[in-house]
Amino acid sequence: MTPTRIFWLAAKIVAALWMAAAGYAIFFIAPDERTMHEIQRIFYMHVASAWTAGIAFLVVAVAGLLYLVKRDPRYDWAAISAAESGLAFTTVVLVTGPIWAKPIWGIWWTWDPRLTWTFVLWLMYIAYLLIGTLVEDRNRHGVLRAVYGLFAFINVPIVWFSIRWWRGQHPSPVVAGAEPGSRLDPTMWAVLFFTWGATLALFAVLMRGRYRLEAIRGATEELRQQAEDSAPAHSDAPGLSGADTPVRASLI
Amino acid sequence: MKNFNSLLAAYFAFWAIIFIFQFSISRRQSRAESDLEKLKHQLQK
Repeated sequence: MTPTRIFWLAAKIVAALWMAAAGYAIFFIAPDERTMHEIQRIFYMHVASAWTAGIAFLVVAVAGLLYLVKRDPRYDWAAISAAESGLAFTTVVLVTGPIWAKPIWGIWWTWDPRLTWTFVLWLMYIAYLLIGTLVEDRNRHGVLRAVYGLFAFINVPIVWFSIRWWRGQHPSPVVAGAEPGSRLDPTMWAVLFFTWGATLALFAVLMRGRYRLEAIRGATEELRQQAEDSAPAHSDAPGLSGADTPVRASLI
Repeated sequence: MKNFNSLLAAYFAFWAIIFIFQFSISRRQSRAESDLEKLKHQLQK
């Protein structure tokens, strides 16, 4: 086992233990909220996932920018991996939010600015992941993805500021711009940051797994390209001539 | 404790989404690995 593999195996164990401890903190350590009681505990998973998704989309933008500058496919792989992981955490936000909203607001969903912009964010990153399927040339879709990733990131601050800029049904901010009297209890703060740390660790592990998939696909593509380039010189080599060879068929 | 079920549902939803994502990565990874192995094998012939 290589040192890198040992490191990521240890990271997986740490992330799993940290998530389990965060679960314990959410259910047993966080104090009961005065008006909403136990349903308020959804807040820890919901907010931690939203912040993690924001970080993931920042990684997409930074990796995209690096790809545009250096044209190293590893940055494109990192951007795709962060986008897909960020999308998973945004899905958590869009699912846990309505579960909280139903007993508190009496409705699952409303087109409030925060909810609407989060939904738009989710759709934009689905579109980001579809770019690869729409353009055939791998280099071209890397550039397109990078540019689109930078453009899509504009949505992240819009989501963040939406509860500060527009009055809606979503609860007002409890951090950065919280109104006096709506600040969190110190234990709630601690549980929130502890849960966020756990979701960030989980994000790192998921992103690494997704990156590995992209690296394998990249290696396959490179090998296939090499085989195609050398095909005319060895046209009698099995599986490398003809358009319907087993090699090509297995990769379509 | 009247909304405890909703809290559990949210917690379950969180883990369900993460597990589905992890499962999909693992499946695609083993498919990609098998494609790569197949290609290497064909090139060695």
